[in-house]
Amino acid sequence: MNKIKKWLLSISPSLIAILSGVFAGFIIMLISNPANAFSGLIVILKGGWNSGMKGVGQVLYFATPIILTGLSVGFAFKTGMFNIGASGQLVVGALASIYVGINWTFLPGHLHWIVAMLMGTLAGMVWGMLVGLLKAYRNVNEVISAIMLNYIGMYGVNYLIKSSNSMYDILRNQTANVAASAAIPKAGLDNIFYNLIGKFKDVSSVNAGIIIAVVVAIIIHILLNRTTFGYELKACGHNRYASQYAGVNENRAIILSMAIAGALSGMAGALMFLAPPSGMHIHVQEVLAPQGFNGIAVALLGLSHPIGIIFAALFIAHITVGGGYLQSLRYMREIIDIIIGLIIYFSAFSLLMRNIVLRATRKRKQYAGEEEAGV
Amino acid sequence: MDILYFIVQQMMFFSIPLLLVALGGMFSERSGVVNIALEGIMVWGAFFSILFINNVQHVMSGQGLLILAMLIAIVAGMVFSLLHAYAAINLSSDQTISGTALNMIAPAAAIYLARSIQENGVQQVQFINTFRIEKVPFLGEIPVIGNMFFRNCYITTYIGVAIFLISYFLLYKTRFGLRLRSCGEHPQAADSVGINVYKMRYAGVLLSGALAGLGGLVYVIPVSTNFNATVSGYGFLALAVLIFGQWTPKRIFFAAFFFGGMKAIASSYSGIPFLQSLGIPSDIYKMIPYIATLAVLAFSSKKSQAPRASGVPYDKGLR
Repeated sequence: MNKIKKWLLSISPSLIAILSGVFAGFIIMLISNPANAFSGLIVILKGGWNSGMKGVGQVLYFATPIILTGLSVGFAFKTGMFNIGASGQLVVGALASIYVGINWTFLPGHLHWIVAMLMGTLAGMVWGMLVGLLKAYRNVNEVISAIMLNYIGMYGVNYLIKSSNSMYDILRNQTANVAASAAIPKAGLDNIFYNLIGKFKDVSSVNAGIIIAVVVAIIIHILLNRTTFGYELKACGHNRYASQYAGVNENRAIILSMAIAGALSGMAGALMFLAPPSGMHIHVQEVLAPQGFNGIAVALLGLSHPIGIIFAALFIAHITVGGGYLQSLRYMREIIDIIIGLIIYFSAFSLLMRNIVLRATRKRKQYAGEEEAGV
Repeated sequence: MDILYFIVQQMMFFSIPLLLVALGGMFSERSGVVNIALEGIMVWGAFFSILFINNVQHVMSGQGLLILAMLIAIVAGMVFSLLHAYAAINLSSDQTISGTALNMIAPAAAIYLARSIQENGVQQVQFINTFRIEKVPFLGEIPVIGNMFFRNCYITTYIGVAIFLISYFLLYKTRFGLRLRSCGEHPQAADSVGINVYKMRYAGVLLSGALAGLGGLVYVIPVSTNFNATVSGYGFLALAVLIFGQWTPKRIFFAAFFFGGMKAIASSYSGIPFLQSLGIPSDIYKMIPYIATLAVLAFSSKKSQAPRASGVPYDKGLR
């Protein structure tokens, strides 16, 4: 009983933030177009359910990369680092996995997509580790080096795509299709998440990526909470001097935590761009991948807790998909970004809200205690 | 020589907004509030000021209009930054969180508003650029210097430099500056001698809002003829310039011009015969400013001088 109470208390700030954010979004819709506001709210809340099982599949599909970038940011938070570089790590990972997906066709069957995914993860890991190395050995602030590496990654990826014969689709100015064997399998999910149109199965894009993302989240959860290594990382985040004194190698913790954060973002890129049937394409343009920045929002909303991050990512994907259906009611889909931003903003008040809740419960306990003592 | 003039002129377009926004961030962080919302505030300031230009450009034009728009940008930026100030100062919330939130809200709200307000329903806000100065009278005639700094320029450049000088004076030569800095280093000590920490931090964040809002407009004017709800990550770059500049105005000045200069070379390399003849692809040039900054930082960051209390909510009970 106590455990449930404690759990409720820990997620109550996020829930309050979500409610207030959605309510504020409703007010905005009420102001800009009063007639449709209520049905607009319903559409947002229904999210993927607006188009049946396929829509739900789409939610899972959109959630896949942001679960991983959320984990990436949240993991770095735990070690006291702010990973604003998920964008760069993601796109570098995406390119590596696309490269393998197109060129390493000698790999048999399932091995192909697994190797492609792992190479993407590895590339992201290198990109994240650079931040850690610069921080540990040259004392370069991780925020600035991550921002620089975002841009270096973006321009570098554009350069590599354009200078590669096998990867560049000149006509569309994007990367080419990956081999069919490099696409992540659907793992039977296409038999669950589809809509029937007559006899035609309208299948959603969801694939085994979501399963991998959830498993990775659980692994990260175990790593952080059940291993000495995770404990050391968290100790560094809480108080680097104390943990140094206790014998934790701080430099090692910083480098490894950024490497793991980078690996997670790199894997996000891999899972995103190896989606079946022929992979997504990196467009050659000068825009940082938004999934990296959404990862910050996911991590904040999930309170940097791996399991919380899964739900936060699902929620954000849910209302984002819902936002796609708003056009018919003459609302701009940007309302969703405003709502997400407001939710994050309100969750900044979490400390205050939690304290209010705590104070209220403590008071009640105090009274109860006094009654028992017969005062 | 013409190429050199051109690069210097280009450098101003890149450096001045970075300088302004990084100075804004400096005021905020020196007062003890980390402000990663700079990007969002830039978008907000640019949006309202350019919407203003869009609406009145048929009645007025030229420098008068630009100055009015700059005031609008400043006010819009300050109002938006109040959200951050309230969360960070009054509610002692995590400053990264509210900063991230504002960065998400600003571009989305700008698109939403633009599409709601404008009759054609598009998200781009168009404006006619009547602000370019071909040649500043007298000063433009000076050999070399006149060509570099007083031709093909914008009034914003001089205002930017003036703001830099004022910022330096304000931070180091006034009572206000001393108090602001003390709140970012050891707020409890500042409080114990009667300085209102909350007030000083509000001042810091509001100054950052004003300068970031202004920086948004200053960034957009020379490089485009419409505003598309983005300042291309300049807010984050300004954050990098701020750290690169070690939270001091002079170093921020050099950092902004170092980075802006690199950007100018990268964007105009095709006009430089020597660089053109090397045959290096454009993407490599575009990477150079970022790589150079990282390299400089790797050799100069050994001792970092971040304000000690920056990012820590003020707790009166902590002595």
